[in-house]
Amino acid sequence: MTQATTEPGAERRPATRRTVLGGLAVAVCGCGTAQWAPARAEDGEDAAAGPDALPPQIGDRFTYIYGEKMGDVIRPEDLPLGGDQKLVYPMDPTTGTIRDGSRLNMMLLVRLDPDTLDEETRAAAAEGVVAYSAVCTHHGCPVSMWSKRAGTLYCSCHGTEYDPKATARVVAGPAPRRLPMMPVGIEDGEIVVAGQFTSWVGSQNT
Amino acid sequence: MKLLKLYRYLALAGIAIVPFSGALADYNSVTADRLANPEPENWLMQKGNYLGWMHSPLDQINASNVANLKVAWTFGTGVDSGHEAPAIVNGRYMYVTTPYNQVIALDAGTGELLWRYKHPLPEDLSVLHNTNRGVALWGDMVFTSALDGTMNGLDAKTGELIWRTWVGDWKVGAYITSGPLAVKGKVMVGPSGGEYGVRGFLQALDAETGEEVWRTYSVPAPGEPNSDTWAQEGEWADSWMRGGGSMWMPGNYDPEADILYWGVGNGSPWFGDQRPGDNLYVASVLAMNPDTGEILGHFQYHWNDSWDWAAMNAPTLLDYERDGQTVRGLVSPQRNGYMYWLTREADGTMNYVHSLPYVKQDVFASVDPVTGRPTYNAEHIPGTGKRAEYCPSLWGGKDWPYEAYNPVTGLMYVPANDHHCMAIEGKVMEYIPGQWWAGVDIPDIEFWVDENADYYGQIQAWNVHTGEPAWNVDYPESMNWGSILSTAGGVIFLGGTNDRYFRAYDATSGELLWQIRTNSGIISPPSSYAIDGKQYIAVVSGWGVDARVQNEIIANQLGWRPDLADVPKGGEVWVFTLDD
Repeated sequence: MTQATTEPGAERRPATRRTVLGGLAVAVCGCGTAQWAPARAEDGEDAAAGPDALPPQIGDRFTYIYGEKMGDVIRPEDLPLGGDQKLVYPMDPTTGTIRDGSRLNMMLLVRLDPDTLDEETRAAAAEGVVAYSAVCTHHGCPVSMWSKRAGTLYCSCHGTEYDPKATARVVAGPAPRRLPMMPVGIEDGEIVVAGQFTSWVGSQNT
Repeated sequence: MKLLKLYRYLALAGIAIVPFSGALADYNSVTADRLANPEPENWLMQKGNYLGWMHSPLDQINASNVANLKVAWTFGTGVDSGHEAPAIVNGRYMYVTTPYNQVIALDAGTGELLWRYKHPLPEDLSVLHNTNRGVALWGDMVFTSALDGTMNGLDAKTGELIWRTWVGDWKVGAYITSGPLAVKGKVMVGPSGGEYGVRGFLQALDAETGEEVWRTYSVPAPGEPNSDTWAQEGEWADSWMRGGGSMWMPGNYDPEADILYWGVGNGSPWFGDQRPGDNLYVASVLAMNPDTGEILGHFQYHWNDSWDWAAMNAPTLLDYERDGQTVRGLVSPQRNGYMYWLTREADGTMNYVHSLPYVKQDVFASVDPVTGRPTYNAEHIPGTGKRAEYCPSLWGGKDWPYEAYNPVTGLMYVPANDHHCMAIEGKVMEYIPGQWWAGVDIPDIEFWVDENADYYGQIQAWNVHTGEPAWNVDYPESMNWGSILSTAGGVIFLGGTNDRYFRAYDATSGELLWQIRTNSGIISPPSSYAIDGKQYIAVVSGWGVDARVQNEIIANQLGWRPDLADVPKGGEVWVFTLDD
């Protein structure tokens, strides 16, 4: 998914008589909350390049991906100790911009006992909070579920299980590689981005 | 002129003429009449005809000679994961779609690539099922739906994009795996999303322009007919908005009566106590006017679905004998484990005739002999905070793979799966657009098979007139995910098993006549066509999606050997024929 999605044929011969039905998302879910960005629909264009689509920046905070608490900055104590994980987006602390312009920015936070983390994971964690990309390396689905049985991060499409205590290495399922890990720190009691992802985000399927 | 003369010379000399790539000049426009009466030599739509028969009138390959079947050519798609699209053929033009939405056009005679359309998917795309179930044809265009919720109209000869229309929004879960159906200048498709709180619908687009003609929701809004089958007030008053009912498989069509028959999927979330009421038209078949989308009739297989038993498979349209009369009818082996006989009336009404379980099903306590409405065993109804076991599991007696009907034998061939069960306990989940919202997380789903069962996958042949089973083939070490092709040669074809075989069986007896091992497991529907009087059988091998997930769970439970547990990936088109 990091590859360019430009389709040369479509570029050479742009669509004629194209119909783009804007505002459709509202009708689909009946809830009026989904985002719809017609610009994203153009042939071969990458995600919009606005600040909401930038990858996580050092100093970014984290917020919830949806609902009344979207926009609230997440602190370690907001996360249950020992899982499950919370899906989050990075947020610019100055402007309040939530970086949900690309699903590739969807991340997960999980708070674990620091003594249970392996050395590499502990080095990237803060107060036991570990941050990973929530985009499965198999087919790009959200790693939104938690296996109570195994204490693993569980992909919502095809069941890959990642060990959050050990750099999210794959312990079961079809994904080819671990989730990218993001070093985090604590500033003023808030969880902040403190580095770069340890590897590239996403799958290679599209 | 010189070229024509050369061709004539070669033909006279008995030398085969193989056109160059892109030089297949003749494309026979697809019309309403051709789709209503498809020529035996073509396979113009996903199930072969509008009635959903999966039956080829070709008979050159028959029970006597099928053992001599040879590979004519193969073509690797270059894509892995689950290939669920049939080869659709018009003249020499063959169209195959792949996971992640490529359309590959091949010379059906040689396997030579004519063009390839790669759909530009969003880089951050996320969908539960990455597959696609094939193209539709109309006029001089090919139509392909895509995971990002679009329908795309392409030039049939070049693959050039002519129009693109957004039907669903993948970001809320309304992605598309269904192949479209073309009817009288309209292209129809419904998105998925029954696990994401999507309110299901079917949409018709103008084939020429891509403009929306109509959209019909499978769940009525308050005030619309049958909206009283959903909670009107109280805690669940809004449940209809996210009630599911995705129309995620292609429907069938009666061209004489001019009526569509389309299946409606599971309720959302899965647990019926979070959406009190019968929940029309979830788990139903709808009769619809193809010009307006108006719902003309409905039959609900089971009320207040709580088992993810989607009824997305449209019933097969056929006439059967009943009490000495010929009934214009519908027959359908449903995911809920029952097989149904219905009537189809001229006004779209569907009347219940008969049903019976074709696999182990422990939920229905009884079925009303007049209406077909079941009563339930309460201990097998999962609910919110209530764990319950039930059989068959969510994958049903039969999932999406197509049954076939042979009008000569009067038999319906059903790819069935038996002896599998599950247990779930519901919870109220926060709705987040585009996130799983089934009321239970996947790691909390318990699935198992009966370890003492003699078989899991099956082919069941049913006499549609007597309602009696004729024969069956049992697979002791695999489920069956193989759509079945029936042929007038008295042979049926299918893959569907984890051992990668593509097989031919005698249509009358079920005797195995021929098999060949392919690169991967086969979950794509076979099709048949002829060029210059020579019959071909085509199928795409490429294991993946739910067949793979289910197979790996069972292999783990039963300790199947690696060869059955770890099915190789990779899509490949296989075409077979007899020696001259």
